[in-house]
Amino acid sequence: MDENQLSRGTKAWWWVAGVVVIVYALFPVAWIVSLSFKTPSDLATLQFLPTNWVWDNYDNILRGDAQDLFLSALRNSVGISLIATFISVVLATFAAYAIARLDFPGKRLILTTALAVAIFPVISIVTPLFNLWRNIGLYDTWPGLIIPYLSLTLPISIWTLSAFFRQIPWELEQAAQVDGATTWQAFRKVIVPLATPGVFTTAIISFFIAWNDFVYGISLTSTEAARPVPAALAFFTGASQFEEPTGAIAAAAVVVTIPVVILVLLFQRRIVSGLTQGAVKG
Amino acid sequence: MAAITLKDINKRYGDGFHAVKDVSLDIADGEFVILVGPSGCGKSTLLRMIVGLEDITSGELRIGDQRVNEKAPRDRNLSMVFQNYALYPHLTVYENIAFPLRLAKTPDKEIDERVRRASDLLELNEHLERKPANLSGGQRQRVAMGRAIVREAQAFLFDEPLSNLDAKLRGQMRTEISRLQKRLGITTVYVTHDQVEAMTLGDRVVVLRRGVIQQVATPRELYENPVNLFVAGFIGSPPMNFISATVTGDSLHTPFGEWKLPSSRTVDLSGHEVVLLGARPEAFEDASVVSDTVREHGVVFDATIDVIEWLGNEQYAYVPYEAPEDIRAQLAELERELDSEALRTQLVVALDASSRIPEGTPASIWLDLRRVHVFDPESGENLTVSALAQRGEAEPNQPAATGDGRRPAPGPGTTDQPATASGSATESGEAPATS
Repeated sequence: MDENQLSRGTKAWWWVAGVVVIVYALFPVAWIVSLSFKTPSDLATLQFLPTNWVWDNYDNILRGDAQDLFLSALRNSVGISLIATFISVVLATFAAYAIARLDFPGKRLILTTALAVAIFPVISIVTPLFNLWRNIGLYDTWPGLIIPYLSLTLPISIWTLSAFFRQIPWELEQAAQVDGATTWQAFRKVIVPLATPGVFTTAIISFFIAWNDFVYGISLTSTEAARPVPAALAFFTGASQFEEPTGAIAAAAVVVTIPVVILVLLFQRRIVSGLTQGAVKG
Repeated sequence: MAAITLKDINKRYGDGFHAVKDVSLDIADGEFVILVGPSGCGKSTLLRMIVGLEDITSGELRIGDQRVNEKAPRDRNLSMVFQNYALYPHLTVYENIAFPLRLAKTPDKEIDERVRRASDLLELNEHLERKPANLSGGQRQRVAMGRAIVREAQAFLFDEPLSNLDAKLRGQMRTEISRLQKRLGITTVYVTHDQVEAMTLGDRVVVLRRGVIQQVATPRELYENPVNLFVAGFIGSPPMNFISATVTGDSLHTPFGEWKLPSSRTVDLSGHEVVLLGARPEAFEDASVVSDTVREHGVVFDATIDVIEWLGNEQYAYVPYEAPEDIRAQLAELERELDSEALRTQLVVALDASSRIPEGTPASIWLDLRRVHVFDPESGENLTVSALAQRGEAEPNQPAATGDGRRPAPGPGTTDQPATASGSATESGEAPATS
């Protein structure tokens, strides 16, 4: 038997284990999707598939009563997450490049500080930040969320990107300089194209972090001026005060999941490793 | 194309390490110069200082008639082939070669012409649209050379370009580089630690040791008249044999008997108690195959050969012997510097392929005393070369130097064996073939 080939028994076990993991991970998602198509009366029946498939919940959040709450939140979420991601990736690219290439005092300090910031629990910062933001007028504004999000996304971006930059052989840059490039040209024409997969990976991770945040979103906003989707979901109300807005929340959850899935599918091909293969000896 | 002039170049790193010390060198326009030495001798640092990737601590570097110390690499107009090729993996072979031209904003039509010309020269035509990752080692090497020659650079710099190739390909590419350089006639500086590359490629070879130039000479001159122990031990494979000898008057007492140097090789031994004699493996021969006409120029001694390596065109015999402790320590130190390890003191003797000396038995070995060098064990200086230079018989560092002192020596009897024929001018003709 070929060593690389798994025996039949082993293969079967891998399949079983894989299916278990997939079901475990995707069942809640399927449940939410199913909930989002149920009528309010159907919610408590505990059956998996809706008895009647209806679009009422989607209609409610996109056109109905919850429209104001949801659509503005969606706009806020997309805008804030994209801006935070963009700033974070640009800053992290330069920082990581410097960390990977240059020798300067305090290099280790920057890396450890970045790590320390990432470790710090969000909940412990949020109260002082709330007071500070109120005083300086950043409360309930886009920048008021973008800045804390940067503190979440920058450390991980710097760490991932500097790992990527370290993989790029330094000779490539030197070769470019000998070939007549300025430092900036060498960076732009050689380093950046090679680091692209790293940049995309980092961007996606940053976007998820910003997109999924709840604690900052609910604490540092008060109106639809800046409230992101995760926070907005908590403000959904049912048709009457005795009715849970479960269906609407489920529909909104499905809607906010879609961009994330699209993003991953879009950039899946860009996140290919091994692009630097062949630069130096094989 | 331009000459490169280095004047008192020094390199001191931030941690105080003095990598290159007072290097002065004139590289003529169109010349092929090799920088060679064991690892850590500063050869790569020197090359990187020429190209501008390393700052020059002190001294002056001129390319053509311009001082370039303060210039960035891109303003020096040199092209370099890196040890690991440093091809741009995201660009095709065509774009890799065109890269320097694109940076120089050359018109597309001219770029195309020049890239095609370079790829014709290097036989890369069918690979132009491929990415470096899909190329073999030799092809990548050629792409790197293409990128270097596509531009009209002042000089080519090579940093151990062949060390990542397998032995066969290395031989081919070596010839290719030599051909290319002769065809383009561009000043070339080539760094290697491989002495075969150094001997075969260069017009002149610069031997470096711990950042200091030891000798700058043609390959032939280096081989025949090394100025010191280091150069003598570094150039040549198998390396030169070093035999310790105590001096009494003008005779030398060695582990293999009492020897006297012929008058053509005499050096002033006064003031030296112990010297090291250096003899290339091919200065030895099986006494039974030496013709009578040359026999009297050497000595015959008995020694036990323990291992013989037969290579077809010649054979190497190994003769272990005991050396005094301090000499052994010194030779071991030298070996360490040359990146190898001396396990025992032994002679490596090149015998004629027809010689039938069996292993493990005492044999008569002849040594051509006209080809023996005398080294001062303390300073490492080659006393023979300095003596010859004083007498004007050898002109070190002259390309055409053939005056290696091997003239007929009708002097006092220098052999242990009875001389059979009168002196003749026969050269032993075992000098290395020039490239």
